[in-house]
Amino acid sequence: MRYIGIDIGSTASKTVVLEDGKEDICFTLPTGWSGKETAMAICKKLDADKDGDRIVATGYGRVCVDYADKIVTEITCHGRGGSQLFGTDCTIIDVGGQDTKVITVSGGTVTDFLMNDKCSAGTGKFLEIMAGRLGATMEELFALAEGSDPVPISSMCTVFAESEVISHIGSGEKRGDIAAGVVDSVASRVAGLCTRHGIRGKAALTGGLCNSPYFIQRLSEKLGVPVETHSMGRYAGALGAALIARQGGKSFR
Amino acid sequence: MLKLPENFQSYGDARRAGFMRLKEAKENGARVVGVYCSFVPHELILAAGASAVPLCATSEEPIAAAEADLPRNLCPLIKASYGFAKTDTCPYFYFSDFIVGETTCDGKKKMFELLNDIKETYVLQLPSSRNAAALELWKKELIAFKEKLESFYHITITDDDIRQAIRRKNRERKVMKTFFELGTLNPAPISGYELSTRTDSSGFELNIDKRCEAIEERIAQVQADWEANYKGKPSNKPRILVTGCPFGGVRDKIVKTVEELGADVVAFDSCSGVREKIELVDETMPVMDALAKKYLNINCSVMSPNNTRIEYIGEMIEEYAIDGVLEIILQACHTFNVESHLVKKYVTGRGMPYLMLETDYSTADAGQINTRLSAFLETIG
Ligand code: SF4
Ligand code: SF4
Repeated sequence: MRYIGIDIGSTASKTVVLEDGKEDICFTLPTGWSGKETAMAICKKLDADKDGDRIVATGYGRVCVDYADKIVTEITCHGRGGSQLFGTDCTIIDVGGQDTKVITVSGGTVTDFLMNDKCSAGTGKFLEIMAGRLGATMEELFALAEGSDPVPISSMCTVFAESEVISHIGSGEKRGDIAAGVVDSVASRVAGLCTRHGIRGKAALTGGLCNSPYFIQRLSEKLGVPVETHSMGRYAGALGAALIARQGGKSFR
Repeated sequence: MLKLPENFQSYGDARRAGFMRLKEAKENGARVVGVYCSFVPHELILAAGASAVPLCATSEEPIAAAEADLPRNLCPLIKASYGFAKTDTCPYFYFSDFIVGETTCDGKKKMFELLNDIKETYVLQLPSSRNAAALELWKKELIAFKEKLESFYHITITDDDIRQAIRRKNRERKVMKTFFELGTLNPAPISGYELSTRTDSSGFELNIDKRCEAIEERIAQVQADWEANYKGKPSNKPRILVTGCPFGGVRDKIVKTVEELGADVVAFDSCSGVREKIELVDETMPVMDALAKKYLNINCSVMSPNNTRIEYIGEMIEEYAIDGVLEIILQACHTFNVESHLVKKYVTGRGMPYLMLETDYSTADAGQINTRLSAFLETIG
């Protein structure tokens, strides 16, 4: 039996496959414009079959996975996956493409969570848009920011912040300094959300920004506590989904 | 899908159904007073031979028009209520002889100053604490309001009139409370969506006796159905207590959604719930003292301090065997928003899941709310 977790995020879709006696498999596909098509592509790649697989779907586009046995929110899945990676009592910070959440895990289950408001400040989307403005990819954005001196970006709203970035470009600020300002702004928003919610146990970052040591360092500074991460961090949601699939249980149909 | 009875009327339907009744009543000389808030004693209006109609708006429609005069970051209930008046699209406002406001939250009391330009708005000065001096002041306010009704309609209101009105309103409170207490049963015999829709829209029936009869009839049906089909088969669906701001404008987005996701909303600590019904007016005290006492005790967050609300939430958690508390905050409602900190501390202190949703009347955040509610139910397990 394969236990499969599929996390359809707003930018990237992650899949984790657990199978007894075999090595875990994980892969990422870009979500593109249609979650449904991505879900189909994953299905093909997995060669999924109704009887031999137990599949849990999560993430923003979780309902697109119409072949899933069960649908669970990304909050529960990140909590479950996070507790596997970081221990049963921790606070998971997930910066997603669409929204950012702070999740309290105690005794291995989610007990409380907070999500950002409607707007996209403090999310991956914000970084993506600003990186676009600076003509950089996300990786390049972090590389540029490293060692630079952040220019302040004060707007709460992505639209206004974008015009702020444009005027910084216009007034000849260094590209690296603007990039550092952008990262700083996201780190501040995320830290603000964490402070409102409260950090219990150790703090750990999951989601796409896990691979950026620079971001983690900035976030740790703002929070005043070390933020841990894990090479599997970006797969936390899919891993959690796969673990829920394996655990089965009463709510499993 | 929610199980609703065949003849179920949505809030909007009930509101519309009342239009013609109201028009007819007015043509036959009925006296109608428009009110917004639970703190306004309906007994005095009833004693004046008038009907109190609820004006609290739950629709997004008139908000844009209201924003021409009011700030955008204001509670949607206030904006929508003002917007209806300004665009003259609410028959209940239109047919009201005058409006009664109160100094509850800042946004509302300042809005009434603007509303007065559209239609005469009489404002009750509600104190914000519950000590002896406040009680004295509040009693004077209620006497002044009685005199206002007398001079407005050129009538005399006797203590006997008031006493009779107190008895009728107390009966209504008991009926409504019995209706809400159906939620103590397991499995839940009626959806929270229906429960709150019916009680919220009962105000559109002007005749208080008919109002009571309709609810009593439904209570009997629901009880019989439960005895026959559900008794002794407890369900393991999570039982939710809804608390916070009046939620009529977000009932579909939140209450209906959480029930469709598999929970039962069984209890309401809110003005769309039992908040005003828990304490009856003492029928043995002098009438104005009795009214002042009852109404000052309404446990709304505009009062400071407001410990009684937390205590009552505690009692409801026991009485209704609650599994999780869901707090609804309307955007920019500072009093409930600040107080939610205390509610959360209390509820989570009991080891119970708590979720606060801050929202407005738009549907823009429906997807996000759905995710939060699903995750909340997953934490209850
Ligand atoms: S919540 Fe408070 S201010 Fe609003 S209607 Fe109820 S009692 Fe009045
Ligand atoms: S919900 Fe809050 S802000 Fe809105 S009218 Fe009631 S007390 Fe005022």
